[in-house]
Amino acid sequence: MSTNQKLGRRSFLQVGAAAAGGLLIGFYIPDKSALLAQGPRGGGAAALYPNAFIHIGTDDIVTITIHKPENGQGTETSIAMLLAEDLECDWKKVRTEFAPINPTFYGGAMQGTFGSQAVRTSWSPMRRTGAAARDMLIQAAATKWGVDASMCRAENSVVVNTSTNERLSFGSLADAAAKLPVPANPALKEPSQFRLLGKPMKRRDTAAKSSGQAVYAMDVKVPGMLYAVVQRSPVVGGKVASFDATKAKAVTGVKEVVQIPEGIAVVAENTYAATEGRKALDVKWNEGANATLTSANIREKLIALASKPGAIAKTVGRPELILSAQYRPVEADYEAPYLAHAPMEPYSCVADVRADSAELWVGTQIPGLANSDAVRVAGLTADKVKLHTLYMGGGFGSRGGGAFITEAVGISKAIGAPVKLLYTREDDLAHGRFRPTSYVRMAAALDFEGLPVVFTSNIACSSFAGMQNGVDREGVAGVADTLYSIPNVLVHYHEPGIDIPTNFWRSVGHSQNTFFMEGFIDEVAAAGGKDPVELRRKLLSGPGAARLLGVLNLAAEKSGWGKPLPSGRFRGVAVVNCFGSFNAQVAEVSVTAGKLKVHRVVSAVDCGMVVNPAGIVQQQQSAIVYGLSAALRGAITFDKGRVEQTNFHQYEPLRINEMPVVEVHIMPSTEASGGMGEVGTPAIAPAVANAIFAATGKRIRRLPFSSTPLV
Amino acid sequence: MAAIKFAVNGKQQTVDVAPQMPLLWVLRDTLGLTGTKFGCGMQLCGACTVHIDGVATRSCGAQISAVAGKSVTTIEGLSADQSHPVQRAWIEVDVPQCGYCQSGQIMSAAALLAKNKAPTDAEIDTAMRGNICRCGTYQAIREAIHKAGGAL
Repeated sequence: MSTNQKLGRRSFLQVGAAAAGGLLIGFYIPDKSALLAQGPRGGGAAALYPNAFIHIGTDDIVTITIHKPENGQGTETSIAMLLAEDLECDWKKVRTEFAPINPTFYGGAMQGTFGSQAVRTSWSPMRRTGAAARDMLIQAAATKWGVDASMCRAENSVVVNTSTNERLSFGSLADAAAKLPVPANPALKEPSQFRLLGKPMKRRDTAAKSSGQAVYAMDVKVPGMLYAVVQRSPVVGGKVASFDATKAKAVTGVKEVVQIPEGIAVVAENTYAATEGRKALDVKWNEGANATLTSANIREKLIALASKPGAIAKTVGRPELILSAQYRPVEADYEAPYLAHAPMEPYSCVADVRADSAELWVGTQIPGLANSDAVRVAGLTADKVKLHTLYMGGGFGSRGGGAFITEAVGISKAIGAPVKLLYTREDDLAHGRFRPTSYVRMAAALDFEGLPVVFTSNIACSSFAGMQNGVDREGVAGVADTLYSIPNVLVHYHEPGIDIPTNFWRSVGHSQNTFFMEGFIDEVAAAGGKDPVELRRKLLSGPGAARLLGVLNLAAEKSGWGKPLPSGRFRGVAVVNCFGSFNAQVAEVSVTAGKLKVHRVVSAVDCGMVVNPAGIVQQQQSAIVYGLSAALRGAITFDKGRVEQTNFHQYEPLRINEMPVVEVHIMPSTEASGGMGEVGTPAIAPAVANAIFAATGKRIRRLPFSSTPLV
Repeated sequence: MAAIKFAVNGKQQTVDVAPQMPLLWVLRDTLGLTGTKFGCGMQLCGACTVHIDGVATRSCGAQISAVAGKSVTTIEGLSADQSHPVQRAWIEVDVPQCGYCQSGQIMSAAALLAKNKAPTDAEIDTAMRGNICRCGTYQAIREAIHKAGGAL
């Protein structure tokens, strides 16, 4: 029996009266958090505040708590829509606020947004909470009118008596509703009754973000606050040997220079003085084991590993048939570089650590983790640390916990004053945690019809997420679990033991493995004399691949696959399934005198039940731009253990003049919601690479494309 | 340190800061106008774009001493109530995602449209290519600029 079943529905939803009046509804997120098993803390309705998801005020305002932080992916809108749908409230009366930290209510230790999970994990609990509140408001009205609840319905923030047409506002009913028991099993609306879900809705944060009023950690100012930057080891993993702060302290505006575990912090009256002070620092470093590390060394190591057997990630049938003389071999090596996340807002955190308490202002994907990091470094108990979740200026996987939080807390603790820590762009690129580099040797054996009967893959890639039986699941994601029906498969994995910190990067292992897999399948199609869409259709004809086949067919149809193109234009296709969603992309390119232009991308996506189709279009465009930026020229390289790229001139994202027209087609579906934040990123690199092959006959097997001349 | 006088959003300001301090940090740290964002510090990303005497300028690369006597407009000064045609178009098209680059995008777009009410796609590319958006809102930005141009 699962924890959720043990807790039961009645304890799943809880009700309370707000101190200032009105109705509060809270509940527990049904995730796998160990903390969940402990159940509610403190108990009783009063203990719920401020852990509610809905507060309905006597003024009719519905305040919805957003427990999935907003990094641009639209949770402030989508989570509110999920709650408002069954509540039957007036969307214009909805307000939102980001959730405070709570060890139980909002996802436990990992309270946050990651893994394209925000909507997927919120769909059912949010809707049930909204429905429960609606039924309580209806019951309160029914009691007042002395009629059965079945004679009443809720619409647009009022309860209507269907026999007399009398109406009572939610606000006028909130206090009475708060005294009622929570319904055990509130009825959810049928999809045909939806007013909000599945309809294109405007984002709630647009006006604030179009006027400079949205507040990011970078913008916070608290009384007495100082500004800090940190000098960290230029060599990844190096440590301070000694330092002389005399010249730094002589810079006008510099107040303090303090050593923290991550390096030397320069604290000043403003950001400019802090960065000028840092330039004047004299630090000697113990560079450590990475002092001689280069990208060329790392590549050699990966190639050697991919050339020999590793841990077995998957084995099906008789992969040794790859050597059989009756089959035609296809072999290719693929590779991808380290990548930085480079969100537009460089990392920033405001920390105010006092003797007996601490406060943090930060934009973080995982406030739960940020808070536990802060508690640890501050040396306080969890109840003494208060974290304010702010908008993130992009995350893309990088803003979980992390050094920018521990550094800010460490500096504030050391100087005894509130401090804003800022990463410069140079700090961001040199001292991030990176999407790991990867090298893979792929092979297939084709039968006389040109179909692959054996597929083998030997992957060398640093672990993203931790090892299990010698395999990192993200290192092999999209390869070991491919939906392509091939009877004999062998996938090997090697953890190369490189001491460079790695991190999740939008779509994680799929970000490079889809490029490998979809490039290689295109090679298989060409070797077998098959059209790239036709071969994929054949390999996706099994029962487990119907949704991926569906988006492939939709993208092929909408892109006009097989139909003539303007002179000089060529198409390429790629598919991916990850985070519970399915995506096919057809890219249309031209290559003129070695210069690539991506003109158009047709993307078909199946993400199950849709919350906000406008948000899906945004996330597809966003994920495609993010993937295309990396595909064209994204690479972090190392020399003498140092990152070679310092700023956007050497790590240059896609610019508006390079933006293709992106057309998004959403597959209607009644399946459970899948994630949308990441699924659009993996397929763009191989779709474009396959189009380049169609245009030039050149196979791009190495990311970024800029490493392969096209003339 | 030296007292430097300039106008911000129509209001005269006197700041006593290092003359080399970039306008960006004067706006953000000294004057508390945090709508203008820091993104790269090298005039590569456009997040810090403001208007100096009507010209779109990267405030991270403008030393405050060179701004003396000039008139600066930031996102806060574009309109008090998001009523500038560019902001109205941004809201209508629902452009922002994370939103961090959008002050700079809007300031660049406003400067473009002040000179050219009906820019072509190529003219938009030229005016806007200095503004990076990592969320990939470029398609929406293009649509909003065309829309705002029509409303001017």
